[in-house]
Amino acid sequence: MKPTENPRTNTFVLANVRLVDPVLGVDGEREIWVEKARVRQIAPKGALTEKKSREASSLPEILDGRGLLCTPGLVDLHVHLREPGHEYKETIATGTLAAAAGGVTSVVCMANTDPVNDNPYVTEFILAQARTHGKARVYPVGALSKGLKGESLAEIGKMREAGIVAVSDDGVSVMNSYLMRKALDYCKTFDLPVISHADDLNLVGHGVMNEGVHSNALGLRGIPAEAEEIIVARDVALARLTRGRVHFAHLSCWQSLVHVRRAKEEGLKVTAEVTPHHLCFTEEDVQSYDANYKMSPPLRTRRDIDALKAAIADGTIDCIATDHAPHAPRDKNVLFEYAANGVVGLETNWPVGLELVAEGIVTLSKLVEIMSVNPARIAGIPAGTLKEGSAADFTLSDPEAEYVLRGEDLHSKSRNSPYIGKRLKGRVMATFVGGECRWQAE
Amino acid sequence: MKSWKNRSLIEARELSEPEIRAVLARAGELKKLWQGWRGSEFPHQSLRGKTVVNLFFEPSTRTRSSFELAADRLGAHVLNLSPEGSSISKGETLFDTAKNLEAMDPDLLVVRHASAGAPYQLSKIVRVPIINAGDGFHEHPSQALLDAFTIEEAKGGIKGLRILIVGDIAHSRVARSCIYTFRTLGAKVAVCGPPSLIPPSVESLGVTLDYHLHRAIRDADVVMMLRIQLERQARNTPGGTRANTQFPSLGEYSRFWGLNVETVKELKQGAIIMHPGPLNEGVEISQEVATGPYSVILNQVSNGVIVRMALMDLILGNGGRSA
Repeated sequence: MKPTENPRTNTFVLANVRLVDPVLGVDGEREIWVEKARVRQIAPKGALTEKKSREASSLPEILDGRGLLCTPGLVDLHVHLREPGHEYKETIATGTLAAAAGGVTSVVCMANTDPVNDNPYVTEFILAQARTHGKARVYPVGALSKGLKGESLAEIGKMREAGIVAVSDDGVSVMNSYLMRKALDYCKTFDLPVISHADDLNLVGHGVMNEGVHSNALGLRGIPAEAEEIIVARDVALARLTRGRVHFAHLSCWQSLVHVRRAKEEGLKVTAEVTPHHLCFTEEDVQSYDANYKMSPPLRTRRDIDALKAAIADGTIDCIATDHAPHAPRDKNVLFEYAANGVVGLETNWPVGLELVAEGIVTLSKLVEIMSVNPARIAGIPAGTLKEGSAADFTLSDPEAEYVLRGEDLHSKSRNSPYIGKRLKGRVMATFVGGECRWQAE
Repeated sequence: MKSWKNRSLIEARELSEPEIRAVLARAGELKKLWQGWRGSEFPHQSLRGKTVVNLFFEPSTRTRSSFELAADRLGAHVLNLSPEGSSISKGETLFDTAKNLEAMDPDLLVVRHASAGAPYQLSKIVRVPIINAGDGFHEHPSQALLDAFTIEEAKGGIKGLRILIVGDIAHSRVARSCIYTFRTLGAKVAVCGPPSLIPPSVESLGVTLDYHLHRAIRDADVVMMLRIQLERQARNTPGGTRANTQFPSLGEYSRFWGLNVETVKELKQGAIIMHPGPLNEGVEISQEVATGPYSVILNQVSNGVIVRMALMDLILGNGGRSA
């Protein structure tokens, strides 16, 4: 797979790929004609290449996809790019490079930077950095409250004008129900989803892992699943009261799913995401006080993993989002209770998703829905399909490639990944944004 | 059975019965030797030429002195370090300190830290054996071993005994280590205390649970009272102040879960009362009971030195040389 020889034109025909595009209802061999960064035509196998060999003329160069899998570029609704303010953990340049290496073409980035993205100037700064250094498209989330303090609303409208696609105090739960209600009301003007990081902070207390047998044995303070459930239930109630849009970040327990399922049956505007790590690991992995298993919400139990997978299958959960949270060794290589929450995820997301296909939880087409189509719809961004006229954002991968992940394989500035040393199946081979090859495997 | 030689002791949970028995047996021998000895230097100098570092990141008088005396009696050099300051608690400086100490070639680190897992994490980065002298709410295995030794001494054995642990089970490293050790040795363990101080999953440790002391105490052969640690109860409120949210007052705690002359009347003949110390007299235990005929609290203290001698002897000892 060679990048386009003349990337300025972003014009080529991609041949010999299996295209999976649920919006088009396609799963099969296709040829994709990209012209000036957009998809000009999706053609049956051989249609364009044979035409070119016959007429040897007007068609652009052919890129041979060698039987790779082609999907619309992945959309990640939950990423911490850390810039401005925490550039020692990640920058927009390194974070979007990690995204491209993971097949992600659109990154929705959280507001807990320093300064907080609670005003249009920070939003503009992020977008300017992304234009200059970004390997993937960047869509900022604006803070819900000024300074993430949970006291008064941030300048949501002005940030909307500057380019935010959602609001959230992610990282801190909005404990003030009145403020949450007002945010949901206010955001209706701009059709923005409010992303809820659901945690009852009083119940969380100083907890650092799931409460139960294991927290007890390790002598670590526990966080009951009910701390999440209570705020999920509250925000479902507020979605009913306001008719606003609530999107639940990183749900981790079966209890929360009960409320989301009921809210959807009721027709409320509620959507939900799950992280790859909450689908792979449990509280038992904390055994060795390894901070790469410390996250908020904490890793739960086997029962929760099963419930989360069932919720993906039945549509209660709309999408997988990584909650990519880069941290430097100085934040992680400390005593467990002081270690920062979160793990990087952009570069391991696709193999985890493919594992769901292998387990029979979802079809490949459904996987593309939950990793591209649905998150694009929730954030209201133009992505998730390669229908004619859309931006040529796509990912080429080899779903059969197996390898053991090494720290040095990661492109993120931080390597706080629980997948290091683990066997993964499925490798992203190349990522195109606007018809331009932004990353390709060696 | 895993040999004790050059081994770290981090958790009582990981100890098998023969491993515990080895410590108790050596403690018995050393106690006899100690009691029969009248000279200037203890004859069993098995740690001569060795260096033991007491690395205490949390204030402690009795545990630290106990380890210090134990090492001293066996002839080791003892270095006491109590680093202070807030940056140390997070771990970066802890690991740095430990690496620096390791470079000075000590033979054993005795570590106490306010964070669960600190000795375990240290044991992964230094090659020196480590004895956990208490980490957060996690474990305090040498305390459990000395308690088992004291129980056997007072009751002639431990297997089949009913042992009741009373108090703040949720925040007690002593309770955890004792539960594992006593159960491994075949005792029946029950816990008692206010439900707000008992972890919901406690029964998965193989113990029974009763919230009412006057009832729980009737069957017990051994009653172990835990210190109510006021500093562990307070929590930051949303208003920014610290408040006790786990039980209403010390007076109320004492009323329902304190051991006093009245509650002791429910005790079986021959039962013993223990306390890992330091005592809050008049809170979890009254002065009369602490010094009364059932109490073996001071035996725990003297046995503490003996059992720690046994541990260090097994881990580091060269067989002992007579003076």
